[in-house]
Amino acid sequence: MDTTRREWLKSGGGVTLFTLLAAAGWLKPDHALAQAWSKSAFEAKTVDEVEKALGIGAPAQSKDITFVSTPDIAENGAVVPIGIASAIPKTEAIAILIEKNPSTLTANFDIPAGTDPAISTRVKMAQTSNVYALVKADGKYYVASKEIKVTLGGCGG
Amino acid sequence: MPDPMKIRATLVGDSTEVKTIISHEMETGQRKDGQGKIVPAWFIQTVTATYAGKTVLSAQWGPAVAKNPFLAFKFKGGAKGEKVQITWVDNRGEKRTDEAVIG
Repeated sequence: MDTTRREWLKSGGGVTLFTLLAAAGWLKPDHALAQAWSKSAFEAKTVDEVEKALGIGAPAQSKDITFVSTPDIAENGAVVPIGIASAIPKTEAIAILIEKNPSTLTANFDIPAGTDPAISTRVKMAQTSNVYALVKADGKYYVASKEIKVTLGGCGG
Repeated sequence: MPDPMKIRATLVGDSTEVKTIISHEMETGQRKDGQGKIVPAWFIQTVTATYAGKTVLSAQWGPAVAKNPFLAFKFKGGAKGEKVQITWVDNRGEKRTDEAVIG
């Protein structure tokens, strides 16, 4: 494991590598909902910008995406549990977008065939905001949203 | 060397439920220290879980994932005694892999 780590360090770290690849045009926007970490998508400031960075149009609203064990009110913005489940067939990816965070895109999960289209994690929220669950299924995009009220913000501290 | 992750993999029916807590600061790059200087961003960018040589989940994260990230998911298959592996890489290029035996 140490060898790999050294190689990573030698190559100047992941960020530089990805930046170079992105600059060289190797990372096309449509690969953003795949393996590589997309700088442009993660630095986008609005939901529209994220969608643009991911190279997708306006997603369709869907009632088949549900928030599981996600609070309506979060007392501590530093740790907000978010669970998202998609009942849309052939779900390939699930992304979490938080509208009023400094950067909107929070996490993006690729769901290979055989893995349940449901994930849970914990995020930071700067303030009360709409949280969007963006789902890619069979090449199409769907979205659902939920407002989470935050009583104590999780950024800037 | 970063601290190990806590991974629990449990066979439920014909699926394996994986729950993990990764030990990581997940510094946003927004916060200021005592001297008013911005603490540089330091966060996990990619997480990959594999079982039997096959990727069962991969994720890209931004700095808004909470400190010491929690992640839970479920995949079809898996057998008691087999191993699930999780690897993360952060924006400094630091990397860690841990594994858990499915129970």
